Parts: sequence; structure tokens; C-alpha cells
Amino acid sequence: MLKDITIGQHFPGESVIHKMDPRAKLILTIAYIVMLFVGSNFLGLTISVLFLVLAYGISQIPLRLIGKSLKPILPIVIFTALLNLFFVPGTPVFQWWIITITKEGLRNIAIMTVRIICLIAGTSLLTYTTSPIVLTDAMERLMKPLAKLHLPVHELAMMMTIALRFIPTLIEETDKIMSAQKARGAELDTGSLKDRVKALVPVLIPLFISAFRRADELAMAMECRCYHGGEGRTRLKELKLGGMDVVLTLSCTAIFVLIGFSGRIMTMLPL
Amino acid sequence: MSVIKTENLKYVYGAGLPGATTAVNGINIEIEKGEFVGVIGPTGCGKSTLITHFNGLLRPTEGKLYIDGVDIWAEPSKIRQFRFKVGLVFQYPEYQLFEETIYKDISFGPKNMGLPEDEIHARVMRAAKFVGLSQEMMERSPFELSGGQKRRVAIAGVLAMEPEVLVLDEPAAGLDPEGREMILSQVKRYHKETGTTVVLVSHSMEDIAKFADRVLVLQAGEVAMFDRTENIFARADELVELGLSVPEVTKIFLKMKELGAEVPTDVYTVKYARDRILEALAKKGGAPHA
Repeated sequence: MLKDITIGQHFPGESVIHKMDPRAKLILTIAYIVMLFVGSNFLGLTISVLFLVLAYGISQIPLRLIGKSLKPILPIVIFTALLNLFFVPGTPVFQWWIITITKEGLRNIAIMTVRIICLIAGTSLLTYTTSPIVLTDAMERLMKPLAKLHLPVHELAMMMTIALRFIPTLIEETDKIMSAQKARGAELDTGSLKDRVKALVPVLIPLFISAFRRADELAMAMECRCYHGGEGRTRLKELKLGGMDVVLTLSCTAIFVLIGFSGRIMTMLPL
Repeated sequence: MSVIKTENLKYVYGAGLPGATTAVNGINIEIEKGEFVGVIGPTGCGKSTLITHFNGLLRPTEGKLYIDGVDIWAEPSKIRQFRFKVGLVFQYPEYQLFEETIYKDISFGPKNMGLPEDEIHARVMRAAKFVGLSQEMMERSPFELSGGQKRRVAIAGVLAMEPEVLVLDEPAAGLDPEGREMILSQVKRYHKETGTTVVLVSHSMEDIAKFADRVLVLQAGEVAMFDRTENIFARADELVELGLSVPEVTKIFLKMKELGAEVPTDVYTVKYARDRILEALAKKGGAPHA
């Protein structure tokens, strides 16, 4: 059950998107998110969706995975959709008792839903095609200028790497502790909410203790290998922008510019 | 009637997914009341998976498990009562400690059983005594203790439920020889004095040979052998083939036989070995010189 978490999961592959420089991927993903908001019109969103379908096609990530990563936020989408449906003023298309549904409301819902799906699917593509370690590497490189302002960039990236590395370990540990307490008759999945929260104590305390113990051991192991922070540290694999990275980045930028100006293009079209 | 009986027990991890692995496959065993059963097998042979079925923590993918003749999954909502009947001590049980005091931690199991206060107290004290924890220690925090002491507290936490069957998964793993000896002999004494059925999973043939009445050898999720300890060690060469290390004395006897000496190979204790060597020497005609 705990092992079914899919957000942030990495699917290794050999496509150009997998092999693309993670820094470029990261920046392009952020740009794509911005563009989703700038180009919030029919034309802009159509291009955004097509772009995404194309990107998933190239990366050979099955589209049904989007559904999986969308599941957790589905309640939020439905809730905002309902709010929009009933409370946006404008030209009414349907009226019954105190409920009024407007044309603007329906339009908002359509735009918002597509935008959220694109948002999730777009960011998921980044994590699907980039291993977490490589991703934090890219973040570290991109934030390097901030180190001049005495921000602990390397330390932050290292913390993130370690945190990601220990997620599966801690999940496994949680499973083990839960089994051990169940063997002593703890009831973890029945009873009232209050009972269940109380029942978590025998799981959380050992889990925290073991997390601290692991942190201690890891710190010791790192010091034994002379880790002393980011200064003067070299890498086994230096990130290098290749020809393919430039081509992909430029073509994505072109599409993003198109999305960004889609509002203006729409007004120029004779509709 | 047997205390634990499995019928074609099969368990598949990640059933229905790509990469599903069958951990135990068609296990049919019966464990009698009051027995001391040792379970051995190479890493990944399904030992831990099998014993996690015994108290209903895992539900078999196929097959049945009977405790005292009752199919435990007949009514899944009543599975909790079997957790008290079969006490399971996991590997490295000290990681399950969580209470402020040793006393409170040991009483966690009996409390969950809903026993009256005085009964809980009596059980906690009995369990603590069995694992050699003194009265003064009971109010200390379990986190101040040494590794071996923590382990004993954790084992007492299961003993205090006074289960009919006590299942231990590698209770001596990671301890020094003295700690190993202490825990295992305490388990043996508990078995003798209370008549509790014990199932002991171990990697160490020496430990199994010393304590178990019967031995279950698992191989790739299936029963390779299940017999009385002496009969198992009579097939010592097969054990070696399965990739299991046999006790040092047994190794010596296997080698002697290979070199042409007329000795049996079902030897697994030093005392028995001494008698057999003397016997063999006497048969040779000469009195033992050396």
C-alpha cells in the first residue's frame, strides 16, 4: 500500500527527452508552466496540449500514467470546478431555483481543467524522464550564482538528494515497524480517527529514532570519506549542453513564444 | 492435533504485476504442540514470508493456514485473536521499542489483549524474568540500554502476551557470541518450562542443531526437508549441496568419511562426535592412543 506512491517516480528510458540536459529540461518545464497561464485561451491551450502529447510520444512514456498522477488532486479540481460553475457571474445559459450557470463559468471550467491537467502532466514528464539525483544536480548547477550571496546552494542540493534517496528506505522501515506492532496486537487500520492517530505513536517513535540513527551513521560515513561540503568538489559526470539540447530547447522556445502570443493571435483572427 | 498446519500455502509478492515473485510455493507442514522447530534455508528462500503467515500478518495468495484446527482466514475480521495466539518476534525486534519505560513497552501487547491490570502486571514481570531483566530496570527508558538488552526487552514484549506458539526470526542476529548464547538459551528454557511451541528461524546450523527437535529446510520457497534433527543431519551432504553451512563437527566427519574412515555423518554435537570417534577407534582394534 505505501509502495504505490507514484508522484515523482522515474521511468528510465533511452529517448532524446531522457537524454536531454536536465538543466534545459528544468527551465523548459518552468517556462511551460508560465506559458500555461500566459496563454490561457483556446488557441494557447490547444497548442499546449498538442505539445504535451508530442513530448510524451517522443519520450515513450505511456499517456495513462498521467491519469495516475492526476488522481490525488482530482478532488481539488472537482471542487474548484463546482465553485466556478455556480458562482461566476455572466450570461446565464441555465437557470433553476437559485442556481445559475453562466457561459463564462463553463468557459472558466474548461480552461482551468485543461490547465491543471497540462500542469501536472508537464511536471510529471520531467520527473518521469529525469532521475531525482540528476535533477538535484541540475538544480545545484542552476542555483550556483546564488552561492555568491552566501546561500548554501550545495548543502540544499545535498539535503534534497539524501531525502530522495531515503524515501524508499523509510517506507520499507515503516512497513516493518507496522508489522511488528501489529504482531503485538496494535490496531492500525480500524477504530475511530482519534484511536487511529493514537495508534500511530508506536509506529512514529521507532521510525523517528531509526531516521536519526541513520542520519548519524550517514554523517559518519560521509566524514570518513572526507566530505567537507561543496567547495572544490568535482563530478564524475559533468553536465554539458550538446547539439541536441540546443535544437530541442530552441524548438520548445519557439512553441512557447507562440503560446505566449496566442492571445494576440486570437484577436487578429476573424472569429 | 497440530498447532500450526499449512495446506498448499502459496504467497506471491506483487501478484498480478509484472515482476511478481513467488516467495513460498505450496508449503504443506504440520507443527505439533510443544515442539521446538528450527527453520533454515539460504537467504531469500521464503523463511520470513512463511512465518509471517503464522499469525495472519500476510494473507496467503493460495492455500490455507490452520491454527488449532481453525482456518484463520475464514473470518478475516477476527484475525487479531490469532496475533495473540501466535507471538511473532521479527528480525531486529529492538527497532519496535517506543515507550518511555521498559515496563510500559513490555505491557503494550498484554494491554492490547484487553487484560485486567493485575494480570498485565504479572505477565510483564514473568516475561521480564525469563529474559533476565531485573526489577530495578523496569522503570528505565529502553533507549538507554545496550543492543543485546534492547533485544531482550523486545522479546519480552512478545513473551508477555503468553502466546501458544512463539515464532522467532533470527533472534540472535547481530549479537556477540555471549549475547547469542544468552538469548537462545533463554528461549530454550522458556520452551522447557512453559511447554510453549517454538519456531526458530536461524541461519546458524549450530544453533538449530543444539535446540530444535525437528528441522524444516526451505529451498526456493519449497520444503526441501522436514524431519527430526538427527535425520536431517544424517543427510549432511545434501545440506551442503543446498548451500547451507553445516556445523563444524559435521564438516569434520564428512571429510573423515571422504578420506575413508568408517564414521557416520549424522554428527552435529561435540559430545556425540567424541563418542563416535572413540567407537570408530575401538572398532579399528587399537585402544585410542592420542
